[in-house]
Amino acid sequence: MDNELYQAVLMQHSKQPRNFGPLENPTHAADGHNALCGDEISVALRIDGNTVAEAKFTGSACAICTASASIMTGEVKGLTCDAVQTLAGNFRALLKDGTGPELPKKLEVLSGVHQFPQRVKCAALPWETLVSAMQSPVG
Amino acid sequence: MASNLSEIRGQFPFLKETVNGHPLIYLDSAASSQKPARVIGRMSRFMESEYANVHRGIHLLSERATAAYENARTSVAKLLNAPREEEVVFTRGTTESVNLVANTWGRENIKPGDTILLTEMEHHSNLLPWLKLARDADANVEFVPVLENGVALDLDSARRLLAKGPKLFAFVHIPNTLGLENPAADLCAWASASGTTTFVDGAQSVGHQPVDVQEMGCDFLACSSHKMCGPSGIGALWGRHEILSAMPPWQYGGEMVDRAYYDKPATYREPPARFEAGTPPILEAAGWAEAIAFLNDTGLEAIREHSVSLANAAVQQLQKIDGLRIFGPVARQAGLVTFSIEGVHAHDVAFFANERGLALRAGHHCAQPLMRMLGSPSSSRASFYLYNQPSDVDALVAILHEAVAFFR
Ligand SMILES: Cc1ncc(COP(=O)(O)O)c(C=O)c1O
Repeated sequence: MDNELYQAVLMQHSKQPRNFGPLENPTHAADGHNALCGDEISVALRIDGNTVAEAKFTGSACAICTASASIMTGEVKGLTCDAVQTLAGNFRALLKDGTGPELPKKLEVLSGVHQFPQRVKCAALPWETLVSAMQSPVG
Repeated sequence: MASNLSEIRGQFPFLKETVNGHPLIYLDSAASSQKPARVIGRMSRFMESEYANVHRGIHLLSERATAAYENARTSVAKLLNAPREEEVVFTRGTTESVNLVANTWGRENIKPGDTILLTEMEHHSNLLPWLKLARDADANVEFVPVLENGVALDLDSARRLLAKGPKLFAFVHIPNTLGLENPAADLCAWASASGTTTFVDGAQSVGHQPVDVQEMGCDFLACSSHKMCGPSGIGALWGRHEILSAMPPWQYGGEMVDRAYYDKPATYREPPARFEAGTPPILEAAGWAEAIAFLNDTGLEAIREHSVSLANAAVQQLQKIDGLRIFGPVARQAGLVTFSIEGVHAHDVAFFANERGLALRAGHHCAQPLMRMLGSPSSSRASFYLYNQPSDVDALVAILHEAVAFFR
């Protein structure tokens, strides 16, 4: 039921998302949306050399998408772009079957999502937008 | 209808379904309606003893299938009070009907510099085909505005824009978002005074209330079987005979052709055959005719009153929920309510409701520009039909209170 999906930690992230708001002087940014349910989010990054120095997001999205974006932006800060790509791939695997190789503990609150196929897209959207942002320099 | 509601509900097998032990409450009929046992039974029997291709075989089953298919055309013509049966063209549904007219009548009649008038409350299916046509033909598109919060179409503007004599005015009779009914007869009268051709999207109105194309005075009207207790995969385009017979074919193939040659252009049949290339939705036609008989037995005016009164009851109670915003007029003219709740995303609402057996629609309802303009890219929608009951509204309200407490 709800509790398997909306775990307490997840609800904290959705009610008080971290890294929510505009980022000053982003170097990279992208928008993502989920046509099915109307989730819309934007991810902005500051990439120094090959490292994600800052990551923030804005938009209007459901609890799962918002929590996923909140956790994601916290996890990727300080990682190299390659490491972020790997992490995004592992997270995709987690959403597919509930287990993923070498995932930070914080991401595991989203492991229940795979049982709810219509919600997988919600959790994945921030990551897809992040990957697309890394390839989209601003200006 | 209230008196025989339990009898009507008894005819819908889907009501026996449960979700997590909760009885299923279906509030998504505006997306697609459920089917009564009569329609399901009719389709099975048709496949068992009447099925073959239509208009082709000189054998028993082909005769039966052809009769059922053509009888369905008669049923649809009667439902719409069409002057002539040949004015009913079977299509895959409303969307295909719009595309048909855009690609035939549209390509012949819309010239560079012409204006196509639409409204700001259209479903994507009565919007995108016209926008594509306008781009290809170098025509202009104008929109009749929607009043604040979607309470009504701006009729003063409609009148003014129609007086300018656009080539075409395509508009929705009952939008799938706002719980209102556009004054179709007035709009068509203003349009024809300017020589404007009218196309009415009847997806949400036909089968939900009486609709009479002669009274309305439109030139085209489109509708879908699946929204009115019939199967998916079939719908209709109604068009005035003189307009239909001047239109070129759209799709080419069997059934629509009169004489075919290797070395010179084919000649085509008269409507409706000209627009029904290939094997049509035969089984679906039989099912749709049964659905129409069922709706007529129940009474279309009674169905409208029932659905609208449930929507009004919902509006009354939903207004009391803190931070809940309802789109459209307070006094409902159609049986649906679209709303957003501050701090609770529509997708979470729909998921939470489903866990408790309640089927709601979440998202942009295939009307992205409208919902964006109303400031709510994602909202929830509860829609009512003849099999819903007053306690469904109570369940909706209770679940929304719970959802607000959980998510906010
Ligand atoms: C107002 C309106 N117009 C058009 C359509 C499209 O109908 P269909 O999907 O049956 O082609 C719908 C339903 O989806 C609708 O609600």
